[in-house]
Amino acid sequence: MIQNSGRSGCLNTEGEVHATEVKVNEVEFNPQFVSRMIPKLEWSALIQAAEGVGHRQDLPDTLVSNYENDEDFLHKVHRVLLEVEVIEGSLQCPESGREFPISKGVPNMLLNEDES
Amino acid sequence: MSSSCRRPEHMAPPEVFYNEEELGTNDCAGFTHTGLSRMIEIQTQMSARAVELLSLPEDQPCYLLDVGCGSGLSGDYLSEEGYYWVGVDISTAMLDVALDREVDGDLVLGDMGQGMPFRPGTFDGCISISALQWLCNADKRSHSPPKRLYTFFSSLYSSLARGARAVFQIYPENSEQLELITAQAMRAGFTGGMVVDYPNSSKAKKFFLCLFAGVSGVLPKGLGSETVDRNVPNQVQFTGQRSRFKNMKGKSVKKSKDWILEKKERQRRQGKYVSQCFSERFVV
Repeated sequence: MIQNSGRSGCLNTEGEVHATEVKVNEVEFNPQFVSRMIPKLEWSALIQAAEGVGHRQDLPDTLVSNYENDEDFLHKVHRVLLEVEVIEGSLQCPESGREFPISKGVPNMLLNEDES
Repeated sequence: MSSSCRRPEHMAPPEVFYNEEELGTNDCAGFTHTGLSRMIEIQTQMSARAVELLSLPEDQPCYLLDVGCGSGLSGDYLSEEGYYWVGVDISTAMLDVALDREVDGDLVLGDMGQGMPFRPGTFDGCISISALQWLCNADKRSHSPPKRLYTFFSSLYSSLARGARAVFQIYPENSEQLELITAQAMRAGFTGGMVVDYPNSSKAKKFFLCLFAGVSGVLPKGLGSETVDRNVPNQVQFTGQRSRFKNMKGKSVKKSKDWILEKKERQRRQGKYVSQCFSERFVV
């Protein structure tokens, strides 16, 4: 089962993200929120997904230490987590290869009868 | 819902009930326009109360899950309070309304009974307004309500951070349904209980199932408890503990009076005395 955590959470998935349409929204920056989200992320998965949708920009390969006080870094994470949105595309489960379509920014996680 | 309302889960599965034809200009089939405004007001109030029962740390931008988010009424309240949220719903039509309304939260099309598809420890809390009862009916022949409830609760448990709570506003149909729900929640590892607001008012009475993930919490008191009659509880606490009989020998013969009394005492300890209190009080 794909595991993601929201919008941009599509970018925090354990599977591959494919996007045919991506949108970048403007979302108010809340450094405290971003700081609290970072420990919940799978960093390499985030990087991979961000790269996949063409929005990696200059996010580092590994998580920097002391990120709570690095506003520049928090801004970059904020952008990828809260502002970059996959509008059309899919999430692919790494185990089963099953693809979950994303339409209008909404991932469809419904399993078929034989899958549930 | 007023007492004249039908139970929607008896009419059709949620994705059929909340479809485009039914929605039209209303969020819920069968409501008049004034009824709709009132419904929105009630939903918002229940969302506020659910968030209150979450007892989130103050001044922290929390990440919440809204199960059965529908058109985003409860989500709007969450956004207003400064929370970030993800909403899950099974109805494409309802989610389309939420998209039109440009809610701030992230939406996922999903079936509660198939499990919450989120990373472990993601959410600081979960609310759900009038959605849990949909899991208690078998809409398809292959559905097993207890299995779906367990799949839902166990995946929810995992997706919550340690110490987080999940609060469900529900209209329980009967005590069997409540027992079914709480049994599966307990199996999944939750502790907690029911909080009942205004237990003496058939109109104002509200039920909130409060579940704790990972740590035992103190169950909040229901509202309107100042005037509560001694015999009408406004809380029912259950624990995750099973009572084990140390002495397997010397147990009472089944169905004997002693056995029945022991069973009642066991059920009382497990918080199952719900049934004696709720028997006539399910008119909603």
